[in-house]
Amino acid sequence: MVRKAANINSAKKLNNVKVCVETGTTTELNLRDYFKANKLKYEPVAFTKSDEAVAAYDSGRCDVYTTDKSGLAANRTKTKNPADHIILPETISKEPLGPVVRGNDENWANITRWTLNVMIEAEELGITKANVDSLKSTDNPAIKRLLGLEGETGKNLSLNNEWSYNIIKQVGNYGESYEANVGPKTPVGLGRGLNQLWTKGGILYAPPVR
Amino acid sequence: MFLNSEFKTSLKKNLQLSNLIPQVLLILFFIFVVYFFANNAQINMKARNMSSGFDFLNTNSGFDIQFSLIDYDGSSSYGRAYLVGLLNTLLVAFFGIFFATILGFIIGVSRLSSNWIINRLSLIYVELFRNLPLILQIFFWYFTVLRSLPSTEKSLIIFNFLIINLQGFYIPKFVFTNSHYIFYGITFAILTIFLIKYYANKMFYEHAKVIPVFKISLILIIIFPLVFSLIGGVGVKIEYPKLVKNFGIFNYLGGVKLIPEFLALVFSLSLYTSAFIAENVRAGILAVSKGQKEASKSLGFNNSQSLNLIVIPQALRVIIPPTTNQYLNLTKNSSLAAAIGYPDLTGAFAGTALSQTGKAIEIIFIVMMTYLTISLLISLILNWYNKKIALVER
Repeated sequence: MVRKAANINSAKKLNNVKVCVETGTTTELNLRDYFKANKLKYEPVAFTKSDEAVAAYDSGRCDVYTTDKSGLAANRTKTKNPADHIILPETISKEPLGPVVRGNDENWANITRWTLNVMIEAEELGITKANVDSLKSTDNPAIKRLLGLEGETGKNLSLNNEWSYNIIKQVGNYGESYEANVGPKTPVGLGRGLNQLWTKGGILYAPPVR
Repeated sequence: MFLNSEFKTSLKKNLQLSNLIPQVLLILFFIFVVYFFANNAQINMKARNMSSGFDFLNTNSGFDIQFSLIDYDGSSSYGRAYLVGLLNTLLVAFFGIFFATILGFIIGVSRLSSNWIINRLSLIYVELFRNLPLILQIFFWYFTVLRSLPSTEKSLIIFNFLIINLQGFYIPKFVFTNSHYIFYGITFAILTIFLIKYYANKMFYEHAKVIPVFKISLILIIIFPLVFSLIGGVGVKIEYPKLVKNFGIFNYLGGVKLIPEFLALVFSLSLYTSAFIAENVRAGILAVSKGQKEASKSLGFNNSQSLNLIVIPQALRVIIPPTTNQYLNLTKNSSLAAAIGYPDLTGAFAGTALSQTGKAIEIIFIVMMTYLTISLLISLILNWYNKKIALVER
């Protein structure tokens, strides 16, 4: 992320810059890899806390701030004037993020995993918060299974069969949740990018509910 | 030292059964505690699949460090990162001790001045800097003062020599070609000075003739390197920092750059420690009997002469032991660098390297041993100096 006033529209133009980064992260290593591969010069200014790194960038101590894309979007809201900063288009590393749960509770891990899968599958099948009730009378077996009208999906998770219906009814599908919390219309302003269904050019591919 | 009667009686006493059994039990207990914790650590690390060992020091670090006195980048090893951290710590400690001592002596003497304003101002100085927590002082310098400096394109330029902005302080760099001749010159000058000192001592004790060694040394240390440079063909170039514009981003390249993290540490450590040293100096001077100053006055010494030639040399015996403490404190306090991102031993090695490798036990052990060694060396040097100036009683 750089200031708009810097007049830079590509990370490949960043030469002789100072980059604020959180120390001890993969970001620090990715930063070095990217600049070295593109033969660009930089100086890392490393802090232990992400807040310190953002503050240092905002104060002008650094020209650039780098971290995961979602982090950049979120931390931009912490700057004095978020509109003054732009996130450069290049993606310099792969940082897959996902939910994390405690180690020795397999049931809880399964519930968490399948919650995500069900929300993605719901978006793929076109089930939203608004139409989930009316879709209860559908003939589509896939939708029926997802809403718990057929099969015993809840049994393996030690939940009642309404579990997936409850999620869609109360929170919505993946797309709805995304738009409401981190989407382009929120202060975070993150586009879907690769966080889009596989049918629409992204890489979200949920296993079927059976 | 091991053969004097004191040691022999103490050894005999310790070998008596009533004293021996508790000592043996205590040693066994200590060994047991160490074994217990080491074993515990090993079992737990194995359960979590954490490897141990110091092999990681040879692997690539993968991260760059923004300020280093030696060549280093991400393709260097963790061992080299350790060296970078160590040198950065020593750099801060050296300048901190240097400025703290000078300031400490000035303020300490000012505290005893008969000039009311100087006296009171130095009192405020001492009470202010020693009563506020050091970490707050570091934060003050770093976040309040140095972060308020102008940005690069609007830098403050002082006498075309010092450039001050948000990125740090910039001064021109002297680039020497064939610089080794200068070192030959300095070495030669130092050897000559030792010879002259020996000769001067001889003349003083045998013939009561005073030779101004200090003045001669000053002249030699300037003349010899100069002569050697001229003979050897030493070239000097001054590299000024240049303002470079990359789209909308300004940067000064070249010259010597002192990053704000370094500056904040040196400023705060120097001021904080100098307040304590000032009190040590004041105590030392007050410890010298008043009669000394009166006698020196009656001999015709003026204030500054009696201070420098009579009082302070005697006061040093009282000043040095607690000041050794302050030097050690300063060196260890420099580890607060981690709080503002200065890449010293604690920040870059026990911070970044530890997070990247996960080898907490090995790294913390290495860092602790290093600080211990540095501190012991400082104490050793100062204790030697203290003994040297001690009163030899008949």
